Amino acid sequence: MAEYEQIDFDVVVIGAGGAGLRAAIEAKQRGLRAAIVCKSLLGKAHTVMAEGGAAAAMGNVWSEDNWKVHFRDTIRGGKMLGNWRMAQLHAQESPDRIHELEAWGALFDRTNDGRIHQRDFGGHRYARLAHVGDRTGLELIRTLQQRAVALDIDVFMETKILRLLKNPSGEVSGAVGYHRPTGKMMVFTAKSFVLATGGIGRSWKYSTNSWESTGDGHALALWAGADLIDMECLQFHPTGMVWPLSVRGLLVTEGVRGDGGILRNSEGQRFMFNYIPEVFAAETADNEAEADRWYEDHINNRRPPELLPRDEVARSINAEVKAGRGGPHGGVYLDIASRRSSEFIQRQLPSMYHQFKELAGVDITKEAMEVGPTCHYIMGGIRVEPDTAASTVPGLFAAGEVAGGLHGANRLGGNSLSDLLVFGRRAGMGASDYAESRTSVTTVDSTEIERIIDEARAPLAREGGENPYDLQRDLQETMQNLVGIIRTGSELTQALSEIDALKERVPNVSVNGGIAYNPGWNLATDLPSMLSVCTMVTMGAIERKESRGGHTRDDFPKADPALGKINFVQRINGSGECVVTPEPLPEMPDELKALLEEGAH
Amino acid sequence: MAEVVMRIWRGDSEGGEFQDFPTQVSEGEVVLDVVHRIQAEDAPDLACRWNCKAGKCGSCSAEINGLPHLMCMTRMDTLPTEEPVVIAPMKTFPIIRDLVTDVSFNYEMARRLPPFAPKEPGPDGTYRMQQIDVERGQEFRKCIECFMCQDICHVIRDHEENKEHYAGPRLFIRYMELESHPLDTNDRRELLREEMGLGYCNITKCCTEVCPEHIKITDNAIIPLKERVVDASYDPVAWLGRKILRRTKKTATEAANYRTDPKTVKASQ
Repeated sequence: MAEYEQIDFDVVVIGAGGAGLRAAIEAKQRGLRAAIVCKSLLGKAHTVMAEGGAAAAMGNVWSEDNWKVHFRDTIRGGKMLGNWRMAQLHAQESPDRIHELEAWGALFDRTNDGRIHQRDFGGHRYARLAHVGDRTGLELIRTLQQRAVALDIDVFMETKILRLLKNPSGEVSGAVGYHRPTGKMMVFTAKSFVLATGGIGRSWKYSTNSWESTGDGHALALWAGADLIDMECLQFHPTGMVWPLSVRGLLVTEGVRGDGGILRNSEGQRFMFNYIPEVFAAETADNEAEADRWYEDHINNRRPPELLPRDEVARSINAEVKAGRGGPHGGVYLDIASRRSSEFIQRQLPSMYHQFKELAGVDITKEAMEVGPTCHYIMGGIRVEPDTAASTVPGLFAAGEVAGGLHGANRLGGNSLSDLLVFGRRAGMGASDYAESRTSVTTVDSTEIERIIDEARAPLAREGGENPYDLQRDLQETMQNLVGIIRTGSELTQALSEIDALKERVPNVSVNGGIAYNPGWNLATDLPSMLSVCTMVTMGAIERKESRGGHTRDDFPKADPALGKINFVQRINGSGECVVTPEPLPEMPDELKALLEEGAH
Repeated sequence: MAEVVMRIWRGDSEGGEFQDFPTQVSEGEVVLDVVHRIQAEDAPDLACRWNCKAGKCGSCSAEINGLPHLMCMTRMDTLPTEEPVVIAPMKTFPIIRDLVTDVSFNYEMARRLPPFAPKEPGPDGTYRMQQIDVERGQEFRKCIECFMCQDICHVIRDHEENKEHYAGPRLFIRYMELESHPLDTNDRRELLREEMGLGYCNITKCCTEVCPEHIKITDNAIIPLKERVVDASYDPVAWLGRKILRRTKKTATEAANYRTDPKTVKASQ
């Protein structure tokens, strides 16, 4: 019989990035017994990688800014596919969430009058990103981590969750996992659970994401019967490093462009002027002089095309390289050296300076960076009720990247960090309300627990099977080549059959070594999540026969207005099959629709 | 392509030994790339921590040829390849497995730090601070918690018994950050002197040398902290000032007992 330790809480949060920490803080402040379970050490979650800032319409730099403009930018940037209520809550509540971080010790960069400074970013009409140089994610996670420690929240570090458990009435009541350093099996029971596990980028070969981003939360929710939406909407960040190969995919912050950096092709041409889409034409400069004036005067000039939303810029770079106008390593040039002083660059972009200097031997104050698109963020995710962050399964909540809806088909830079804070808090509130009013038992089935444990341990007992790293590599090749930035029907179908073939290989995975801190075994237990999630992304991509935001179909190059009103809902049906169902988007109230209609200024 | 032997420590708390892995190195690779390749091809159970692979999370600290480094930021072409590249876990912390150590000492010391205690915000509910006033603290908040400063610090590297009463460089910069924070109101100086072992540091600057964020730990945190602690305890002018202002300096216990009570925190609306 499998042995395990069982611990009970009111609210258990899975994931310790910004959303997970903020959710747990909320539950703990309510006086509940809250715990955080996370795959890495506390403070190492992927949130630390966020560079540019957190978008919040505080109006500190441009007093014209307010939540209505932020709402409009978010919905338009998301190509009209976003959930209006989430976008409204996000735009309205972000400023309070940023100010709250200051009361917990955060030190943001300041304006001359001592308020929080805000920087320009793509798709945001005004300078709106609260930031600390280009290490805003670190500031955010450290502040929340220190707050969580001050509140004495229980944290189970380096603990991977394998499956969620339901009680006989179908409410999520437990989670089974293991402690990576010892391999000890753990069962957490609680009245409610919050998933805050982040993204899925590990399944692509070139990605900004860490090893943790294996889509665990998406898969846990799916397996528990929850709905996902729009998983085909995946963001490729336009600017990742391309050389040396070992750092290919590493993030180069949009802050470089926000602070004046421009994109050129191998012929020296500032090519983004050739790629301004109709929908953004009224607010985008069509000549270099106007674009350059904009940095000083946002009111009388239109924004540079380098600051179009990320999907537009990523596709444009891709097209330039395909047309033979790329650099020697398959990227284009991002140049801030010729545009800003060395002192300015080192003050505003210290970690970029550092990163290129140490990893590529490039001094970004003297020469251009070579950059190209890299898998960065999933807009789709767990379907949630906007106000409470409740999933479609009772007792289960979700916030942050793992939740879908806010960003529609494309996320604006800076909207992720504020998303974490706004919906992390709301998930904490929703989960706390649920826990306080829940009367049913959190009984979990020990037979099921034992089955999950046996299945997880099986690769350790098997001999002569496949190396889990080989499966991971093959999956990454498939997703990179067939479900990448530009997609086509036949390749997507091929991807689906390749993923199915990979699933067949999973039961034959074997790992040597023991159960304590064994990365090979840890990867073997991540593979089922990765494969489930990749299936959903691919199936959604097959169904969405149009190009919208982060989802671009070569065979359907235009947006289809009818599909712009459709969420693709993805779930496992009663017979255990993955299915995709189109459902109409929630109807936006007229007063919010009116905000979208307003002119460019 | 260069041929190189990676000599990596394998074992657990019971003991272990170095194991050699001959490998090929490509242009631009860092130590972590090579360790990952060994994991994928030769030793899937080789334990190491990593997350961001960009010098931002501080997970992959190890001792490379005897000195603490982030594996993700150490380029192979900066290391001599005639001799094996020796990779060992951080010595100051107990070994869990291979290159992974138990760094919970640092988390415990963070837990013992009396938390941030802000003053009241302005009339509009927000704070005003000048850039020049936040910059001192920002230097320390660059810390990525790689714990290499803790690893190299001889006070705990060679004296396990000191861990009970020595916070270490990582935490000293956190104390200094709060000490210089424009909004913080707690006074942790007696605590630093009596319970956090600030006096044990004899400013050899080893911590500053290994900091991947180039934080001037000794010059900008530890030395000013030592001065402030001395002022707090012995400076007659400061003593007189306190008498006149009728302000009492917090004792170590008072500072330590400041905790955030979740129930009394104003619910943020």
